[in-house]
Amino acid sequence: MLEAETSATTTAVEAIAGYPVGHAVVPNLRDYSAFRSGFSWDAARGDLEGLPGGGLNIAHEAVDRHAAGKRGEHTALRWLGKNGTIQDFSYAKLSALSNRFANVLQHLGVAAGERVYILAGRIPELYIAALGAWKNRSVVCTLFSAFGPEPIRARMALGDARVLITTPALYQRKIVPVLDQLPGLRHVLLAGRSDTDGDIPGALDFAQLLREAGEHFGIAPTDPEDPALLHFTSGTTGTPKGAVHVHQAVVTHHATGKLVLDLHADDIFWCTADPGWVTGTSYGIIAPLTNGVTSIVDEADFDAERWYQILEQHRVSVWYTAPTAIRMLMKMGLAPLAGRKLPALRYLASVGEPLNPEAVRWGVKAFGLPFHDNWWQTETGGIMIANFPALDVRPGSMGKPVPGIDAAIVRHNADGSVIQLDEPGVEGELALRPGWPSMFRGYLNEEERYRKCFAGGWYLTGDLARRDADGYYWFVGRKDDVIKTSGHLIGPFEVESVLLEHPAVAEAGVIGKPDPVALEVVKAFVALKTGYAPGDALKKDIMAHARKRLGAVVAPKEIDFQQSLPKTRSGKIMRRLLKARELGLPEGDVSTLESM
Amino acid sequence: MNDDDIRVRVIKTLCEIVPELEPRNLKPAVSLRDQLDIDSMDFLNFLIALHQEFGVDVPESDAGKLGSVDACVDYLAQALRPLAQT
Repeated sequence: MLEAETSATTTAVEAIAGYPVGHAVVPNLRDYSAFRSGFSWDAARGDLEGLPGGGLNIAHEAVDRHAAGKRGEHTALRWLGKNGTIQDFSYAKLSALSNRFANVLQHLGVAAGERVYILAGRIPELYIAALGAWKNRSVVCTLFSAFGPEPIRARMALGDARVLITTPALYQRKIVPVLDQLPGLRHVLLAGRSDTDGDIPGALDFAQLLREAGEHFGIAPTDPEDPALLHFTSGTTGTPKGAVHVHQAVVTHHATGKLVLDLHADDIFWCTADPGWVTGTSYGIIAPLTNGVTSIVDEADFDAERWYQILEQHRVSVWYTAPTAIRMLMKMGLAPLAGRKLPALRYLASVGEPLNPEAVRWGVKAFGLPFHDNWWQTETGGIMIANFPALDVRPGSMGKPVPGIDAAIVRHNADGSVIQLDEPGVEGELALRPGWPSMFRGYLNEEERYRKCFAGGWYLTGDLARRDADGYYWFVGRKDDVIKTSGHLIGPFEVESVLLEHPAVAEAGVIGKPDPVALEVVKAFVALKTGYAPGDALKKDIMAHARKRLGAVVAPKEIDFQQSLPKTRSGKIMRRLLKARELGLPEGDVSTLESM
Repeated sequence: MNDDDIRVRVIKTLCEIVPELEPRNLKPAVSLRDQLDIDSMDFLNFLIALHQEFGVDVPESDAGKLGSVDACVDYLAQALRPLAQT
């Protein structure tokens, strides 16, 4: 933050050229101001084809229109298996396979608007299923495969999942324990089934169904406002929120892929995000395909050597990754890069949480290119604020609004009014003027929660930020208690609820504890019931319980025992105070405290 | 220290990071990430814990050589050997 303040308040602004001078590939967006003033979403829609019979469908724009044209044999997806397998899927092949899957859904009687869930690692079937489901006009919901059974159950129940595509291992470990709590689930399709999996009653074989289905499918007229995607995100309180996105979100995906990630038709693009999160769908599936590029999908988890090898061997030209990964690479130093040749690499981008200035500079040291940080949320569906090739990168800043996006720093008053804070350097809530194509259209079945996100003609993001005199935005923090860890948003309430299920736990409060690599880690404070004594064995037992129910990414990495937790008079646990104590900060106004 | 001793201590260290682990279900030759629910932070913490347990340098760039219990035992046996001789 010190960096940010320096930049905002003094004339000595650090700036790094946003694009290599004289590069043979000319950026799509060359003059930010001119492009911004001439931009309209209606015109951006003209970059897409539209369905032959009318309307707009994500899958048609992503695969079918390329499959039918000159790019039919161009590689759309290059899948890198954990064990070294490489599988290429051309646009024509991906179109035919997703046609088959759309026919499978028809055959199973899955209607337009019904929810098709995918719980899988980054396997080809995930991409085929998502595209096929969009062709069937079903709503796709991808779940992160590292979630434990409880977050999966909650999200499937909230979205009334009708169909689930998963693998035998994930099914046995994470679905079977909660299957009886999912009465709306009609079909389970298992991908990658082998003879050793044995008989799994009630489940269908994805590969067999695909083989038996026809290769031709005509997409029915799709209203641009038909729901296409359901992405869950976390709030401070209550259940996860299901943000609904519509088919015309593809207009934003396509435009930002082109203008922010600078995708050109011959690019080899690698988005490292998992499709279980919104980045891995918007920019791991949709945007690269609509832009007709070759998209790398790596099944394996983060591994520095492997990642550098992928960049080199597959001649990745545009790389979209996350701060936690960049910081892990930084920790290993430049040695693993020695001897690697990356002449194709042209553009680096990052999202997930604010990228620290040191990481931006490290990009220059390691690759001769800065990382371009950008900002958006599950709710916004696509990139909203970004560092662009045509602009200098200000390390630590999220950049400037995307063409077509009006952003502001505002103060939301208690009486509901909203005041725009136009003076540079003033902190406030980041707000966006509603109306872009990929804006969420609702939180599933929670009209009131959705309505509360808007006031005074603005969408209020819940993020605190400031804008400098030159129009660059700088992230300050979250307005609520949501935890950001390794690029994932974790709701403290979801974690606390599971901790309270442990027989020894009387009270639980969960915070994000600052961490140099993951930004924050989930830390729990726990007060025990009478008759239980704090100790290492009990701590491990509670930890094991939380990990089994929530999965490793959501469960706390640290647990501290306390006599009792600080609460308001109404009995609400004061997470902010727990956090202030953890950080050794002044505890602020404690007048509403009941216990100290 | 023989390989069996190393193995016992590797599994004990893993249980510190992954408390829900049931050692009898652990397949020594199978990748830890494929059979356990661990994220990248757990894995880094595991490397740090191995360093503390064995007093051997475990740089993060060697993460790929420590993917399974068997691989950990081989790696540590090798790293401990010259120490034993001095």
